[in-house]
Amino acid sequence: MPRARMKELEPIEILSVLDEDGNFDKELAPDIADEKLIAIFRAMAKARLFDERLLNLQRQGKLGTFAPVRGQEAAQVGAVAAIEASDWLVPSFRETAAMLWRGASLEDIFIFTAGYNEGLAIPDDSNDLPTCVPVASQLPHAVGIAYAQKYRQTGSVVMAFFGDGATSEGDFHEALNFAGVFEVPVVFVCQNNQWAISVPRAKQTRAHSLAQKAIAYGFPGIQVDGNDVLAVLKAARDAVTRAREDCLPTLIECVTYRMGVHTTADDPTVYRDEEEVEEWEDRDPIERLRLHMRSRGLLDDKAEDAMAEELKDEIESAWKSARDTMEGLTDPSMMFDHLFAEPTTPLRAQRNAFEALRDDRKAANE
Amino acid sequence: MSDERTMVEALNLALREEMDRDDNVMVLGEDVGADGGIFRVTKGLIDDFGESRVMDTPLAEAGIVGVSVGMALAGLNPVAEMQFSGFSYFAFHQIEGHVARMRWRSRGRFTLPLVIRMPFGGGVRALEHHSESREAYFAHTPGLRTVIPSGPRNACTLLKAAIRSPDPVIFLEPKAAYRAFREEVPEGLDPAQLDKADIRRKGADITMISYGAMLRRTLEAAETLAEEDGVEAEVIDLPTLAPLDAETIGASVRRTGRAVVVTEAPLSFGPAGEIAARIAEEAFVYLEAPVNRVTGWDVPMPFFAREQSYLPDARRITNAARVTLAY
Repeated sequence: MPRARMKELEPIEILSVLDEDGNFDKELAPDIADEKLIAIFRAMAKARLFDERLLNLQRQGKLGTFAPVRGQEAAQVGAVAAIEASDWLVPSFRETAAMLWRGASLEDIFIFTAGYNEGLAIPDDSNDLPTCVPVASQLPHAVGIAYAQKYRQTGSVVMAFFGDGATSEGDFHEALNFAGVFEVPVVFVCQNNQWAISVPRAKQTRAHSLAQKAIAYGFPGIQVDGNDVLAVLKAARDAVTRAREDCLPTLIECVTYRMGVHTTADDPTVYRDEEEVEEWEDRDPIERLRLHMRSRGLLDDKAEDAMAEELKDEIESAWKSARDTMEGLTDPSMMFDHLFAEPTTPLRAQRNAFEALRDDRKAANE
Repeated sequence: MSDERTMVEALNLALREEMDRDDNVMVLGEDVGADGGIFRVTKGLIDDFGESRVMDTPLAEAGIVGVSVGMALAGLNPVAEMQFSGFSYFAFHQIEGHVARMRWRSRGRFTLPLVIRMPFGGGVRALEHHSESREAYFAHTPGLRTVIPSGPRNACTLLKAAIRSPDPVIFLEPKAAYRAFREEVPEGLDPAQLDKADIRRKGADITMISYGAMLRRTLEAAETLAEEDGVEAEVIDLPTLAPLDAETIGASVRRTGRAVVVTEAPLSFGPAGEIAARIAEEAFVYLEAPVNRVTGWDVPMPFFAREQSYLPDARRITNAARVTLAY
């Protein structure tokens, strides 16, 4: 009848590859072709520019509320760069950078942000879920999708995103617990951006890290420098391999920072100091990768200017086509579409009633 | 084996036949595997279909429903069990937020051929939280179908239909009817047609509308009215509560001019109110009397020693019909 210590738990790994001046540890760095690194830089730059354009249009009243991604580009692109097109992405609501890497169209995001359901239509060949607003509620879905991959032996894996606040929700714990019990190919990518609207990370949990929560569910957790795209990529690749080859989950905590507002309806000056934001500006993930690539001769002024021009043109042209598309979105009766495979009798009746009102209003306006 | 089956046996048969038919169909929930479900609805399935298709899950309703959502949108056909409807509220955000909306949100890309089964209602002397009748929560939620069998035979054919439905179905099983009586339920029955009311007794004098465990009591009341009052009641079962088949109800009330609605659910803002409103819309000028609602009271289900005082019984239903007939 001893009073003893349980077996020592495996310590949680922490990983950082790239420092704030762009120097990197060759031993720890993932093996990556120059072209892919350039593509990653481009995707991060595109997400940043797009974010700025969305914010600008939102402030002009042309778009609605959205959650900017600024500061989290490495934590998102680094992670999704480790999965294949045939794998699954389960996003939360701040994963614009990840979604763009996966092929989401700028035009659709503009349309969605302008308040039209059509912008969230998922293409038939896409394995990416639509954005999910209720915090952490997408995580059990990732586990179910992963179970289906295991059952059908597709070899595909699932990558799910969520924030630090989500780790306080029951769905987070239920999802990780189910994932551990059922041993499914899923990678949980926590975007620990330090703030859940106004509540700092320290008030979400007394635990030293979020990564360590994986221990309780019986699978590995790792904490990475989320503003270091090479570290995120490395950790994500390891986790994807574990998922694909051993059908086991991983929790990756990306330590990053929400450099902007929670959403455009939020004013962070009420609850956080500007000095903190400035400290994180020095760790800007895009700047770090820029310095690194320049030091390796993968980027110069000319290439960067050309890239910025191309991205701005791409964004402006998407905004133009989004506006053209939205001009055609004049019929709200689409709200009755896609609720059931076939509309039910009561729904058909309500749609008829709505369309009569719509036509009556149109006639009155003419 | 005799084809006479209880509702529990009929549900088990439906699950077995659907799992035989399609290996995308799987069952998950608390105690559904080795234990066969606490009511034995999933008895023996784990032996025939294995742990990969009959999954004992951790004790977490949101997890069960949320994981089922993921399975369904990735092409599987999960049948999730909530051990009691009173615990489905842990999963309500998954049901309202995702089960009901995923097809709509993704504009048809992700469909959810998913069934969430749950025993509901009173009458088996269970503990607190085990006897509620809260179908209105689901029926009120756009994007859900709420299906409620009333006997073994339609339990079997409705569950098959629910499993084959391309849309999610909330499948509420009246546990008072689980073992109360047997019906002829042979193997190989075709699925029922959803969204259709079922006229269970023809009559010209009054329309009585019910579903679930209250249907038997309503039919009993109708027989009493025939024997003692010479009144022929038409009794309509609503195996699909939502969407409501208002046409069948309306046509009947236009013939009879009188209606009684019987539910276990509490009176206020409940299914009986919705049905009464639809009768007003469909048959107002034919009505000879106000629609009479016979329901549970607007209180929590009392502990089981008094649960029968809460539930409508045949005598209360008969008397309500007499008031309506005499109006």
